[in-house]
Amino acid sequence: MIVPLSELRTNSAAWREWRGRLGVRLAAADNVEDLADDIARYALVAVEFPNPSEGRGFSLGRLLRARLRFKGELRAVGAAVKQDKIFLLARCGFDSFELAAGENPAEALGALHRYDVAYQPAEPHPAIKRQRFSSIG
Amino acid sequence: MYRYDELDQAFVDQRVAEFRDQTRRFLAGQLSEDEFRPLRLRNGLYIQRHAPMLRIAIPYGLLSSRQLRKLAEVARRYDRGWGHFTTRQNLQLNWPELADVPDILEQLASVQMHAIQTSGNCVRNVTADHMAGIARDEVDDPRPYCEIIRQWATLHPEFTYLPRKFKIAVTGSPEDRAASEVHDIGLHLRRDARGDIGFQVLVGGGLGRQPIIGQVIREFLPLPDLLSYLEAILRVYNRHGRRDNLNKARIKILVKSLGAARFREQVEAEWHAARAGAPRLEAAEVDRVRSHFTPPAYEALADIEATAGRDAHFQAWYRYNTRPHRVAGYRAVFISLKAHGQNPGDMTSEQMAAVAALAERVSFGLIRATHNQNLLLADVRQIDLYEVWGELRRLGLAMPNIGTLTDMIACPGLDFCSLANAGTLGVAKQIQQRFDDLDYLYDLGEIEIKMSGCMNACGHHHVGHIGILGVDKHGEEWYQISLGGSVNGFTALGEVIGPSVPQDEVAATIERIVEVYRRATFCGGMRSSLTSGAILARRMPPTPTR
Repeated sequence: MIVPLSELRTNSAAWREWRGRLGVRLAAADNVEDLADDIARYALVAVEFPNPSEGRGFSLGRLLRARLRFKGELRAVGAAVKQDKIFLLARCGFDSFELAAGENPAEALGALHRYDVAYQPAEPHPAIKRQRFSSIG
Repeated sequence: MYRYDELDQAFVDQRVAEFRDQTRRFLAGQLSEDEFRPLRLRNGLYIQRHAPMLRIAIPYGLLSSRQLRKLAEVARRYDRGWGHFTTRQNLQLNWPELADVPDILEQLASVQMHAIQTSGNCVRNVTADHMAGIARDEVDDPRPYCEIIRQWATLHPEFTYLPRKFKIAVTGSPEDRAASEVHDIGLHLRRDARGDIGFQVLVGGGLGRQPIIGQVIREFLPLPDLLSYLEAILRVYNRHGRRDNLNKARIKILVKSLGAARFREQVEAEWHAARAGAPRLEAAEVDRVRSHFTPPAYEALADIEATAGRDAHFQAWYRYNTRPHRVAGYRAVFISLKAHGQNPGDMTSEQMAAVAALAERVSFGLIRATHNQNLLLADVRQIDLYEVWGELRRLGLAMPNIGTLTDMIACPGLDFCSLANAGTLGVAKQIQQRFDDLDYLYDLGEIEIKMSGCMNACGHHHVGHIGILGVDKHGEEWYQISLGGSVNGFTALGEVIGPSVPQDEVAATIERIVEVYRRATFCGGMRSSLTSGAILARRMPPTPTR
């Protein structure tokens, strides 16, 4: 079951009873910090990219991976999940993509490997062979 | 200057391949205009009034002769044989064909150039003081740090879809020649008590609809923390900057609404929380980049009396178009792109190619683009100045007007830009014609005119001693005039002095303003600049209206 963060907040007691696998869906404006206390409960986090200019989800992805240490499936969802964003999304920790209608899955797969170099440290991406800056770690 | 290594070259090559594919998909109808727009913008490509406009990045304004020659060739082959240098040290081509743009980008990549992130809501070209490395009062050369920031910002996975465009400027001198205080982030190089390099960090400056001067949020940021701190600022902005209203989406609005103190708290909190996984600038990497900016092989020379026995034209050019150099026997030479009768910042392919050759002969093969839309040969031997002047004069590039009223900044305006409300180039010509007497210009002293064709303020009118803003009044082009702005030395925003004037009265109005100014400064002996214009404005008689 994948439920919006607002629903989890409103009916938190009921969802604590839920024994199945639980996913949470974040809107771009949601506070990812709200998940910090029980992040291990979620098998999946979905982050919305509703329009071409929406960029908050990239930060949410990185925070989920780097700060909340989220290890589950991180899925990009919404009308703006298209092949030209896939590479950036992957570098922000997304490992699952619900492609927008009309997107060609084969091309999207190819786009994952569009670059084999990068400048910044970010989430690990198997396509990247060389990277410039390192992190403190 | 910086030379690409394998990583840099692989990146631009892969970027060209990606954009070639995107252009192909757009032309084949697989990408809609709405889908293609953010992709092409991030590769410098606008759709303008007449044709696409391609904005080519000149990182921190530095070009090699080989690169300038390539720009000349690209402008000749794919455009109409000229280009336009901008206030952010870039070059714009106004007439390329969309289908040719991938080829143009490939040509640029062959000389280690690109048009990446010169538009769109992302981190734009990082700009710097054009006197970097040669200014006598410099703490350190800002260009290596600009290059590091350029690389870090390039296709940053988290910050490529920001609420709005994002501009960073770095300066190393007390005198701010890069307008850093009206940038989203201004970085001022500093040394701490131990002599270590760091930055004073300003955030939230900007012009446009709501001009604001940047505020200091950190007095000293140690160099190794540069990128992690920039990431903290960008992350706070990316998450909390407004996305509901394009006119309120710049970081300056966020800083203003939170207040600088609270914004700073958020940045510092984010910075501390993120540091463990954030990029740290290692000394080896800094040294690698710095090694590309070592001083050229200067000869041991003494200063000479370059103007002794020379004619008055050369003397005027020497006085106005050259500047002192930190190394004895050398001077920096401005190439004026402000000849009367031409559009400010424009340059033909022939001129570009000739300047590329000249730079090879007399200035170590390097050319700089300045914030004021001129070029600079940074390292010219004083004994070569007369010859350089002769060559520049032959090319129409020796107008001795740098720092004078006709060395004005102007955006391309209604003639080219689809955002503009009013023309700027016609007004610029009017002003050039009215102020064509050089002795009069010299008598007026340093007066900066900055002109924008709309509220977006690409011509920085808010910070001109005299600012001119084109406005649309019922389909007619009118011009609002402000006085008292400044960006060089200290930053101040001009005040509008009265109702706007019609196009054919702009130059006459400017003349009346400078006449009042000239009398006031002559009588009162306050020979400084129109930055005291706010006071002056209140003394002005009302501007005539129609």
